[in-house]
This record gives sequence, structure tokens and C-alpha cells, in this order.
Amino acid sequence: MALDNENKNFFDVVGTRPIRPDGIEKVTGQARFGADAYLPGMLHGIILRSPHAHAEILNIDTTSLDNDPSVKAIVTRKDFSPDLKGEDWNILENVMADQKALYDGHAIAAVACSSLLEARDAVKKIRVKYSLLPHVTDVEEAMKEGAPIIREGVARSSVPKDMHPNIVGYHESGHGNVEKGFIEADLIIEETFKTEAAHQGYIEPHACLVNMMPDGKGEVWCCTQGHFNVAKVCAKLLGTDASQIRVTASEIGGGFGGKTAVFIEPVALALSKKANRPVKMVMSRSEVFRATGPTSSTSMLVKIGMKKDGKITAASGTFKLQGGAFPGSPMAESAMCAFAPYDLEHVKNVGWDVMCNRPKQAAYRAPGSPMAAFAVESVIDDLCKKLKLDPIETRLKNAVKEGSKASFGPRFERIGLVETLESAKSHPHYLAPLKDGYGRGISCGFWFNFGGETSVSLALAEDGTASLSVGTPDIGGSRASMCQIVSEELSIPYEKVRATIADTATLGYNEISHGSRVTFATGLATIKAARDMKRKLCARAASNWGLEEDAVYWEKGYVKPAGPNAGNHDPLSIIDIAKTMGRTGGPIVGHFEASPEGAGVSFATHIVDAKVDRETGFTSVDRYTVIQDAGKAIHPAYVEGQFQGGAAQGIGWALNEEYIYDEKGVLQNAGFLDYRIPVASDLPKIDTVIVEVPNPGHPYGVRGVGETSICPPLAAIANAVSNSVGIRMKELPMSPPRILKAIEENNG
Amino acid sequence: MRYEAPQTLNQAVNVFSEFNGLKRILAGGTDILVQLRTDVIQPELLMNIKDIEELGKIELFDNFWKIGAGVSAANITRNKEFSKEWPGITEGVGLIGSTQIQNRATLVGNLSNASPAADGVPALVAANAMVEIVGRNGNRKLEILSLISGPGKLNMKSDEFISHILIPRQNKNSSDCYIRFIPRTEMDIAVVGCGVNLSVENNNISAVKVVLGAVGPKVIFSEEASNSLLGASLNADSLSKLQEICERDAKPIDDKRGTIDFRRKVAGVLAKRAVEKAYKRIMEDS
Amino acid sequence: MKKVHVSTTINGDNKEFLCDTRETLLDALRDHLALTGSKEGCGTGDCGACSVIFEGEVICSCLALAVEAEGKNIDTIEGMANDGKLHILQKKFLEHAALQCGICTPGILMASKSLLQQNKEPTKEEVRFWLAGNLCRCTGYDKIINAVLDAAKEMRETV
Repeated sequence: MALDNENKNFFDVVGTRPIRPDGIEKVTGQARFGADAYLPGMLHGIILRSPHAHAEILNIDTTSLDNDPSVKAIVTRKDFSPDLKGEDWNILENVMADQKALYDGHAIAAVACSSLLEARDAVKKIRVKYSLLPHVTDVEEAMKEGAPIIREGVARSSVPKDMHPNIVGYHESGHGNVEKGFIEADLIIEETFKTEAAHQGYIEPHACLVNMMPDGKGEVWCCTQGHFNVAKVCAKLLGTDASQIRVTASEIGGGFGGKTAVFIEPVALALSKKANRPVKMVMSRSEVFRATGPTSSTSMLVKIGMKKDGKITAASGTFKLQGGAFPGSPMAESAMCAFAPYDLEHVKNVGWDVMCNRPKQAAYRAPGSPMAAFAVESVIDDLCKKLKLDPIETRLKNAVKEGSKASFGPRFERIGLVETLESAKSHPHYLAPLKDGYGRGISCGFWFNFGGETSVSLALAEDGTASLSVGTPDIGGSRASMCQIVSEELSIPYEKVRATIADTATLGYNEISHGSRVTFATGLATIKAARDMKRKLCARAASNWGLEEDAVYWEKGYVKPAGPNAGNHDPLSIIDIAKTMGRTGGPIVGHFEASPEGAGVSFATHIVDAKVDRETGFTSVDRYTVIQDAGKAIHPAYVEGQFQGGAAQGIGWALNEEYIYDEKGVLQNAGFLDYRIPVASDLPKIDTVIVEVPNPGHPYGVRGVGETSICPPLAAIANAVSNSVGIRMKELPMSPPRILKAIEENNG
Repeated sequence: MRYEAPQTLNQAVNVFSEFNGLKRILAGGTDILVQLRTDVIQPELLMNIKDIEELGKIELFDNFWKIGAGVSAANITRNKEFSKEWPGITEGVGLIGSTQIQNRATLVGNLSNASPAADGVPALVAANAMVEIVGRNGNRKLEILSLISGPGKLNMKSDEFISHILIPRQNKNSSDCYIRFIPRTEMDIAVVGCGVNLSVENNNISAVKVVLGAVGPKVIFSEEASNSLLGASLNADSLSKLQEICERDAKPIDDKRGTIDFRRKVAGVLAKRAVEKAYKRIMEDS
Repeated sequence: MKKVHVSTTINGDNKEFLCDTRETLLDALRDHLALTGSKEGCGTGDCGACSVIFEGEVICSCLALAVEAEGKNIDTIEGMANDGKLHILQKKFLEHAALQCGICTPGILMASKSLLQQNKEPTKEEVRFWLAGNLCRCTGYDKIINAVLDAAKEMRETV
């Protein structure tokens, strides 16, 4: 039986749109998110945060709380593991400052009290003596000679010698000889671009409820994209064993990469350890903006040479990203994604990782790629305009296909960029005449996607129904897809499968829900676990019949004898086998553990119509279409949802979202009032086209879809704005003051 | 924090005037609760006036409207008679926050907050509205521009609070308008706002008041801009003159919501658009 | 300071609780009455995740004090389904896949319910502006708007 690697092309359940299994809880208010848990005797923890962008911490005085009966525990850095190195140290330093406050909002100390109001009052009474240091929040400024030094000795070996200590990483990739390629060009455009940091803006603030027992066993309930990672990080920061910290993932109210990082759980555990009571911590919205991980701000230089016929002869880009007060900005991803849609003979990508006085950046949906696409796709658009070329035809002329050498190295397997461009070309949106004053923008985008450590378990119940345990938090409807997959494989009704996010004590390690990996990797693992179960069902039936395993076969929910030689047995259904499994050899469980490779990359093409009010600089988006390769859409409604959500976030980033620091390095807009994410009335209907070019690395052809959708919008909107008012915006966000200024400068 | 919810205006005056510590009125609560949550203020007394019947009414008298301090924005915008007479004031009130905020926030609260960006205020000033203030020594009336002394500051004694807004009846052949600029379509604080109240006789402007919001420490009544339109007919010349004066009269600051240059430019644009819209309203009515 | 005793009606049930005067209605619902369906996304009235219907009108429960509940009628998401039967809006949200993470869903459902009580046949634009105070970061709003319009249609047809 070659069940294991069989590729499926025809589906009964996959591709349909069933109601999600966690739906009723979510529309009735019963679903339990991070802040919805309570324990008897629990305390409330609050963190004291630095009001300064950069300062030495001279003294933390908590004596005013000494006689306060409501204060049950106070923790500072000395309550965490003293001997961490590398990224573990970075995480701890971000969770609780040591010698210096490195950004506005950096955690300095924490208290736990019997009530939230008492905790809010208590934390205000802690006196911290700071010695202010000069600060820097801009990536270019942070690289300059004489810029305030965040920390010495952090630079990786890739960084050339004698660079400023804030420059901590260097990346270079590409192939060919760009100098030679530029000589062949008929037109070269070189331009600098800047983008401001954007926050993931999930509506649920970080929240956890923890209990640390005196024997070192810890229980954590929290909203996270990766509870196995939370266990690992908490154990390290507290100096205990990962298996002693059991983490249960709550329902998660949005993450988009921002909940891949750990912030409050180790602090709550340290407070709980001291107080010997459960501790709940919930971030305020302002804490979320000040002290979690927005994406990097960037400064980019892109140069592209093109022939008159639209063929790109060479492309180079330099991408400088600040990652906050720590190394780790996604500059390599920017560099590698920048030219990924194009088949280039000569290409060079350079990335710089820079530290400054901002919070430690965290992943945000295709980290690094949207900004790079903004720069590259803007330049391509200008080249098209100057050479009077059609923007889609030009992209098609240069588009990567199966076998093309990627700008970041390997050769592509089967991919669907050309299909998205062809689909755009014939889409009613692209063919529709433009309304008066509007400009139409086109952009492509790319993301790698990812596999990663995955472990699932599929248990058969005595009534023939199935219960699937996965270890990847469901951030957008993945349980529905997993139930569809089990239903498809076992030929049992969708409603007869229940999918659960298991805690860290129940399954093997699971990588975080990130990299658009869940439907690909957990889906693949679920297929394999179901096939493992089918093999076991066949073996059980064969044994019941007294046959060898290879004398039976599986067909649509039944085990049947393979042929006349196997004897005359009535087919056994899953229910038949399940009913007697206790007596015939014990429970039947399918499982799968591996780190699947072969996450197929994904491309998208977006079309947008936008109009700028020339008197106020206000941009309205009238029509938007997302066309993206999903490989195979398991639940098309949730695939569309990912497309629409990514586009909406991209529109916000393009037009209004930004981190605004004042001259003291203090964040000015730490709330939803002035960090302006799109509201319902800002957006048009976002139309979607699901292109399905199967990923050869997945049995159903699935590609991750979550991240690619945010890559094209920044450039698509910029191109539409340029076509509406004839001005190339090189800085994000394209807020009304920036656009109006550009219009006036253009008017001379 | 002491919390009081008096049932009559008399009781409220007594409670409020007799308390000597830091005190605030709770009407819609949409500003004060944010201030409590973000630690901007920690009053020792919070007095809820929403249960006081006479503060919950919109009343029409012979020559003025009287809107109680407890009346929600939604109740003002739903009042067909009022919104027909004062579409501009209604626009301003209708722009205070989301649906949820509209159901709670009050016009008096919007005014008392004394934010230069308050959406409810420019059209009130343009309409020559006044407030009625109650206190230990009885009532007094005050013009809105005299009431507001600066950002977050009111010319009131510690025993006083605002009980009502008094708005004159609109004149014949007149209408008003409020327009604001925000970077999104909803949910933002005005970057610039403009309220105008306009009267027309024989196609010429016979009375006008142009008021700018969010471009100074308090709302700005631009006398020069208003005068420039007096007696004029509405055309490209008069509008561009108006625009130019408003750009000049605006005294904005740079902040997270906009730059000085941007606010000046947009103040002119909004004044022009608001005058055009009010004018159009008058023409449509006649 | 001594706590205040509040008697109120929530989803038709008489409820009593003790609270600090500084606590919000949202705090009371969640922490004193175990009604955690209303969510705190911002605490400042900017996201709408805490929307409840207070005396017949939708408000942000983070912008009302707990003590204000005295003698009032409040409906929360927990009271939206009737005896296990989903409200048409709830049903349509599921059918249209109008939620991804689901954190904003209770607030959006309460705001939508209030809209359809006042306006039986809203336009797309009216729905978008009515819901502008309810942030959703996952969906791009499209499926939410479709679900509300479809629910309005079905409610008109069934009445």
C-alpha cells in the first residue's frame, strides 16, 4: 500500500467551505482567549516601564511598597537566570532590563497584587533613578559615526571591521555581474526609499495566567502563536526545565507574527514563584505598542536597468533595517525577497542589520518582504512609465518560472507567478475603465513559506469518529482545514472530526504558527497521520480476517480483501473496526512527527484603483483585487480571508500606519486612536482570485497563503498614487501631509 | 474615588459646589474614562449627571434651542427638527467618535474638554451659541469663545459646571456647515476642522462667521475671513481670498496628527468647502 | 475604600455585584460576573471589542463605569443566542466565514444587532460606517459586511 506519498488530485471535502469547528464558541462569546482565564487566589501583575528611550538604571527603589499588604511580589532582572548567552540573553534583556533602559517602554520591574487596581497603584510607587543617555531611533542616523551606541560587541562576524557598533549584521546574495548588466540597459533608475515601522495591530493584547509551584512545575495559559516556544523560553529565562513548564495555548486574538515572541509569561512566572500564587498579566494597548515587536523601519536603495523592450538587465538593492535595541531585523529576508519575482541574469542583494532605541522588532507577516517590494515594484513601475511599457506585460517578460534561478540562490520548482499575472491581465478589474481622477497600481509580491518541526496525533474513538491533536495554535481557521483533511483521508464526515490544540505536555515539539506553515506543515502531518491510521486500520482488519497486511486494501472508508485469494470477507468500515479495537489489539492512533521540507513559495499580483485629493493629500482606495497562488485551497473562504486581511494591513501600512517618536525618543501614538489601522469605512470590497498551481512538496499541493498577501499592497498603492497625481512617493506611510507636501513641491 | 449620581440639578449643584477636592463631571464619560484609564487624572469626586431629567432634554423655545448637558450626540443627530435647522452643528456632533461613542458622548462634554480639535465646537461658535453655567451663586450665561481659555482650560469657578447649551434660532436664508479633515474616514481626531454659518440675500452673502478648529490653542473665529465674504457673491475670487486668509489666520502646531504647513493649507481648503456647502444648502432650501 | 453594591439586569437576569468606583462596566462584566465574551482590545473606546447594548443602545463597556449599571438593562454577547438557537447574525457570520481570530466578533455582532434594530435595510456604506468603531485586523471587513447584509435580508424575509 503506497498510501504514504500518494498525491491527491480529486477531492470530496477539501475545497469546500464548511462551518469552522470553533465557530459557535466564537460567535457566542464562549471562546476563551488569553485574558479570559481566572484561577482561585490569583494575583494581578503589572510591569513598570521606562519612560526614557535610553538611560542607565542607577537604582530601583521599592521601599515604598515594603509595608503595602496588597503587594505580594516584586521582581526585577535579578530574579531571572544570570548566565544566558546570545539570543536567550537578548530575549531576557527585552523581557526585563538589566543595566540600561534601551527604549521607551522597556520593562524595568514588575509587581503582583491581589487586585488589578492595587497593582496599578503599586507600580506607580516604585522609584527608579535613571541617568539619561543620548538616543537614536532612525536607521540611517544609527549607522552614522558618533551615533549613540546601543551595545558594544554584538556584531556578527559577517559585518566588516570598523563599522559602527550599532551595525550588527550584513547579508549579501545574488549572482552574475550587475555592473556588466547595467551597461546593457537602455534605462537605469536608482532611487532611495524609506518605510516606517508598522505594528501587527492584533486586537487582543498579550495576556497570560500562570502558576509556578514550589517544586518547580509551572503551568502557563497564554495567547501565543507558539506555546512550545513559550515553554522553551520561559524555562531558559527562569533556569528550569522545558518539560516542567506546561503551556496551554488559549484562543488567540490575532498575531500576524507579533505573538511569536515572548514578553510577559516569564515575568508572570517569576512573580508567581515569589508569591506562591497564580498570577495573571494582561498588557494594556499602550504597552502593546510601546513594548512588543513592531516590524523594522527601513532605508533602501534600489537600482534597476531595463532594455527598451522591458527586459531587466540587472538589479541591485541595499536594504538597511533597524530591529530595535537588538540584532535580528529581517534584512536578509528583505534582500532575498526584493527581486524574487524576476528572472535576472545579474542581481545583487545587500542587507544591513542595525540597532537603535526602539523595541525589539518581531515578525510581521512576511517579515522584510513588503518593504523591499515597495522599493523594487515602485522602480519597475517608473521604468515602465518612462519606456512606455505595459506594467503587466513587462512583469510577465521578466517573471520567474519553474527552473528559473531565484535571485536568492536556488532554482524554483513549480511556481505560479505567471499564472497570477495572466489572471490579472484578464481580470474585470484590470479591464475596467478608470474612474475620473483615479490611478491604477499593479504590484507583485513574494514570500518563501516554511515547514518546521511538526507533530500531530490522530486518535480513533470507539464509535469511529476521530480526534486530532495538533501543536500549532489556530490563528485563522486552521482547525477547519485540519478537520477537512482528516475527513478527506478517512472518508468520514467533517463533523465527526474534532481538532484540538494540544498543550506542550501532550505532543512532541511544534514550531510556532508562523511562516505560513500551518496549513502546509500541520496539514501535511495530518495527512500523514491519517494515512498512518489507515495503514493500522488495514492491518487490524487483515489480522481480524487472518490475512497478511498486503492482502487487504483501503477504499473510501472501508478495508476490503485485495482479491479472490484473500477470501470472501464483507468490507469493514472504520466504525466496524473501531467498535472492536479494544479486543482486537488495542487503541488505534495515527501520528506523524517530522520537519517537512518543500513548503512551496508563493507569489501574488495585486491591482488597486486609488485617487488622491489634490487639495488635502487624502487617498481613497476605490477598488482592490488580490490574485495569489495558494497551491491548493483547503478551505477557500479562509484562503480568501488571508488574502483580504493581508491586503487590508498593507493598505494601512501604505497610507497611515507608522511609529511616531518625538525628539526624546518617546512613542507618540501608542494607541488605536493615533496608530491608524484601517476601519471598515476606509476600505472597498477586496476582491480575490485563488490561483492553484500545486506545490510539488505537498500531497495536496498546498502552499502557505498567509503572508504573501501583505507583500504587494505597499507598492500597488504607491503605483496607483503615482498614476493618480503623477508623483512618486518614496516614503511610507503616504499620509496626507506627506502627499500634499510632495504635490506642492512638484508644483514648484 | 467618590461617585455621586444626583437626581436633580439642585442636588447636583450642592454636591459639586460643596466638594473641595479634585472633581469631575461624568456625562458621556467618553473622555473622562479614557483619562482615568491612562492615569491623566485621578479625581476624588466623580459626579454623574446623566440621571438628572432636566439635563437630558433638547428643548425649543421662541428664539433659542436648549440642549442639556446629559444629552447624547446620537440624541442630537436623531432630532430631525434641530438637525434640519442646524445641519452644521449636527454634522459636528455626528462626527464625535464611533457609533458607540455617539450613544454616550455629549456636546457639553465635547465642549468642556476644551480640546482645540473638538468637532462639536466650531459650528457652535459660528452659530453664536452660549452656555448656561450653574454654581453656588446661581446661573450665568457665557459665550463659547469666552468660556474656553486654552487647551483643556475653561473660565469657570471651581463650584460651577455647564448645565446647558443655548443655540439661537437660525435666520432666514441661512445655513451652516462643519467639515473636518482626518487621515481615515472615521475614528480620528480632527487634524483641521471648519464651521461656518452663512446668510444670503439676493445671492450675496449678508452674514457669515468662519471658525477654524485644531489650528490654534483654541478654536479660531476668523473675523477677517468672515468679513472678506460679507457682501460678496460666491465665486472663485471670493473663495480663493477666503482660503488665503484662513491659511494665514490658522496658527497650528506640528504634532503626530499633522504639520504646520499641512494644517494651514487644509484650513483654507476646508473653509472654502464649508462655505460652498452651506451656500448650497441655502440655495436648495429656497 | 469600601466597594459599591450594584443591582442591574444583564441579558434579562437580575445580577448584583460589588465593585470599586474606578472599575469599568467591562471590568465588572468580565471579572465580577464571569461574562468574558466582551473583550478589552484598547480600554479607550477605539476598538469596539467591548461593545454591549446599554439601555437599548450600543456602547463601549470600557467607557462606562461599573457603578453606572445600577438599575439599567444591559445586553451582552452571551445573551444573543436564544436557548441555544443562534441569532441570524451569528449564523451568517459563521456561514460567511466573517471571523478569523474571533476576538472582535462579539463586539461586531453586538454593534450589528443594534444597527439592524434601527435600520432594517442598511446599505453597504451604512454598514461600513456604523461598524467603523469596531476594529478587525484579520478580515479586511469584506466578509463581515456581507454577513451583516445577508442577515438583514434574511431578517426582513422571516418577519
